[in-house]
Amino acid sequence: MINNINNTNYTNLLLRFLLYFILIVFVLYYLLPLFVMITTSLKSLEEIRTGSLVSLPRNITFEAWGTAWSSACTGIQCEGLRPFFWNSIFIAIPAVFISTLIGALNGYVVAQWRFRGANIIFALMLFGCFIPFQVILLPMARILGLMDLAGSITGLIFVHVIYGIGFTTLFFRNYYVNIPNELVKAAKIDGATFLRIFWSIFLPLSLPIIVVTVIWQFTQIWNDFLFGVSFSQAGTQPITVALNNIVNSTTGVKEYNVDMAAAIIAAMPTLIVYVFAGKYFIRGLTAGSVKG
Amino acid sequence: MFNKITVAALATTLTLSTSISYAGPKAEVLHWWTSGGEAKSVAVLQKEFSENGGSWTDMPVAGGGGDAAMTALRARVLSGNAPAAVQLKGPSIQEWYEEGALADISDVAKKNNWSSVLPASIAGHMKCEGKWCAAPVNVHRIDWIWANASVLKSNGFGMPKTWDEFNATAKALQAKGIIPLAHGGQAWQDATVFEAVALGIGGANFFHDAFVKLDKKALQSDTMVKVFDQMRTMRGFVDKNFSGRDWNLATAMVMNGEAAFQIMGDWAKGEFLAAGKVPGKDFLCASTPGEGFLYNVDSFAMFKVKGSDRQDGQKLLAKLIVGKNFQKVFNLNKGSIPARTDVALNEFDQCAHVSAADMNASSVGGTLLPSYAHGMALRGAQAGAITDTVTAHFNSDMSSKDAVAMLVKAIDNSK
Amino acid sequence: MSNWLEKHLPKIVLGPSFLVIILFVYGFIAWTAWISFTRSRLMPKYDIDGFIQYQRLFDSPRWEVAIDNLFIFGFLFILISMLLGLVIAIFLDQKIRIEGALRTIYLYPMALSLIVTGTAWKWILNPGLGLESVIKGWGFKDFTFDWVINPDFAIYTVVIAGVWQASGFVMALFLAGLRSVDQEIIKAAQVDGVPTLRIYTAIIIPSMAPIFLSAFIVLAHLAIKSFDLVIALTGGGPGYATDLPATYMYTMAFSRGDIGQAASSAIIMMLVVFAVVVPYLYSELRNKNDQ
Repeated sequence: MINNINNTNYTNLLLRFLLYFILIVFVLYYLLPLFVMITTSLKSLEEIRTGSLVSLPRNITFEAWGTAWSSACTGIQCEGLRPFFWNSIFIAIPAVFISTLIGALNGYVVAQWRFRGANIIFALMLFGCFIPFQVILLPMARILGLMDLAGSITGLIFVHVIYGIGFTTLFFRNYYVNIPNELVKAAKIDGATFLRIFWSIFLPLSLPIIVVTVIWQFTQIWNDFLFGVSFSQAGTQPITVALNNIVNSTTGVKEYNVDMAAAIIAAMPTLIVYVFAGKYFIRGLTAGSVKG
Repeated sequence: MFNKITVAALATTLTLSTSISYAGPKAEVLHWWTSGGEAKSVAVLQKEFSENGGSWTDMPVAGGGGDAAMTALRARVLSGNAPAAVQLKGPSIQEWYEEGALADISDVAKKNNWSSVLPASIAGHMKCEGKWCAAPVNVHRIDWIWANASVLKSNGFGMPKTWDEFNATAKALQAKGIIPLAHGGQAWQDATVFEAVALGIGGANFFHDAFVKLDKKALQSDTMVKVFDQMRTMRGFVDKNFSGRDWNLATAMVMNGEAAFQIMGDWAKGEFLAAGKVPGKDFLCASTPGEGFLYNVDSFAMFKVKGSDRQDGQKLLAKLIVGKNFQKVFNLNKGSIPARTDVALNEFDQCAHVSAADMNASSVGGTLLPSYAHGMALRGAQAGAITDTVTAHFNSDMSSKDAVAMLVKAIDNSK
Repeated sequence: MSNWLEKHLPKIVLGPSFLVIILFVYGFIAWTAWISFTRSRLMPKYDIDGFIQYQRLFDSPRWEVAIDNLFIFGFLFILISMLLGLVIAIFLDQKIRIEGALRTIYLYPMALSLIVTGTAWKWILNPGLGLESVIKGWGFKDFTFDWVINPDFAIYTVVIAGVWQASGFVMALFLAGLRSVDQEIIKAAQVDGVPTLRIYTAIIIPSMAPIFLSAFIVLAHLAIKSFDLVIALTGGGPGYATDLPATYMYTMAFSRGDIGQAASSAIIMMLVVFAVVVPYLYSELRNKNDQ
């Protein structure tokens, strides 16, 4: 961080003011949609029809929020988002855990146990990050059917883990690459095994990158719609499918306030994760995970 | 003497065996009627189903007029786990049949006399190579024009009977600062207006040749050029913010007097009614200028499923769908009219009466036509090709002749 | 025995992931390629029918628009997100008092799925409802911002919403990178009297080259996946002016029952991705080997 030497200088004060000003302008850009969403969710339908987009609600009402959580129609069921919330939890938590663990082990191998072809294998795995999901929907459906996992939570966890491995391996590998290989060599001389070195040396050092990976994976999995709609059935649909049913009904009457409230509720877990874990995110990335 | 355990074991075995042998009709139903009003309509079916001993598993997937649902359906069929009943319409039904995915419900149809209570053209859509494979729920009319009653009255206009009359009325209203046509610039809405215009200008035979038979002569004809000319004129009658607007926001413009007309299917009625407007007093409904009736029939196609409980569930469902009670209640809630011709219409409003009368008349007169814009006349690829052209023309200053050329090429490319 | 196991354990650990990727990524790409040579409509068929799908693809004006958009959108999205992320990171690095709050504000858009934010952006960008009408209401009668309804400019609104979503994440990457630059070198440069701007351009930014790479990978991945963004914001419109290969593929596969066509568009898209991403991967991994 560059320290300005002469703080009382007028130019510095002006620059400082400019700095804050520009940052605040950007804040408006980032907050604008959230502002629109929140104010709309607090208005009545009548007010939305007649008022302007950015106006504050004349009468604040939380009715839309209640509806979104427990009585909005997502089909014949009019129980709001609540029943689907747990499906998403049961899918996301195991999938994040498993893909993070696999990524950690993979990253450890690729970064510290260089064998012939390890880098090529890594590159091939990395390319998997770029495959558009529409491509894999149909073949995956076939395979899930063959494995008898179609429509189940387990099936969804399986799919999310597979397509998360590329990224989790990338994050851990970039992090472990900065840990000197001498540590491993010394431990090997002391007689430690592959798994023991991982468990007692690398894992304890990994908290920052674990946080980064968990945040990324949780966001991707919680917000996924395509896998959720294709590989679930009644009873295992995640919250994004329910949200889509509330927001995107084609020929019905649209209740924009309920839509916005539902959208914010569906985003709550990820928002909370970002608000609280945000600083660990930076710390995790700072600790050498990203640099070369 | 019976040991207590033996008795318990016997009792359990008996109950288990009876419950394993038959669990009652079951049906998993995939649909996209997820908004409040639509959901209420489907709930009627679910209630009847359970009153008849069936258990309904709901599998709703909203969005895109069924796109997301089709995604889910494909994945389900490929994984060997198809739902029992799926909301499908038009040629997709026959396409799925060609893939070997549909079940045969002809026995239900025969037992309940479907052939005599459904109009012939609608019955045709429900059959796959002569066998019944789907059950029709409703008939939506596409070629409606809605208007704000007071705007028309205070300016001395009536509902237009010809497209020239429409153009004249529109120009006059535009001069007074009223938006003549409320429109939402999404591809399917452009297509809806297009086919209403095509029917009006070309007539029923032209429509059939061009959009059902895909006859090249009709597609390249001067009539088609005239249709695009009228679309260009219509383009001048929409306000500049029409792009991307949802259809219901356009309806709201008519409701509050900002705009005079909207060309939209009869689900628009639901918006008006939900806002407490009265047909005939606050808003007017009429068919768009022209002879004919463009229909969109929603239906449930029955997919091949395993297990007698599921198959019985399908049959029960099919029977109830075409039953008089469901046909009446569903359509009262949805804004459409029953597919079944012998349902009493006394509880339906004025617009529905007009629609039903028109449907019968056009069925007799041979002008009852499937909508191309709503997936009844053509397979997805060809309908999509036409819509791509229509929307490209509407959103640019392409000449009508160029549009016709593009249309023909696109259809060739989609075959 | 256990010596053999110990020696080969790294490969055994990596093995399953590798096999899984081979099957579920490359195997599926191969499946898609096969389908792209067939006339599959509603469901997959496996009889090869030559290059017909590719012919149809290149004859389609809509595909042309989609590919053009991929380059326009991809280029602008990646470039602007990187620039914005970098600039904000540099600003945030200046010992700001409210850094924590600001950082959360810049970062949160990534947490929201686009089904969620798409409608809000659609309204904000709509001339009649959103920004244009609000600013006109404030008295600036001549202000226009109607890109979203203009077929030539609509794709740029997709960039605006896309940058909004992703630049915060990129900013976090850069901020971390800025903070991990060796302080000794910077202090030495300051003692030598090198001006602040030059310190940034000559020392700090070059040493962050690897971070640009990671940011690029994340952004390229998002640009390719950009399906929800377009559907929610413009639905591909006006007309099909904001179509992207991902939305083209989805439409062909799932609303038009034309899986063969969807497969061919997917393969072309993958080739484009391949051509852009592989050189970067190669240079990145080559550098690693030199360490």
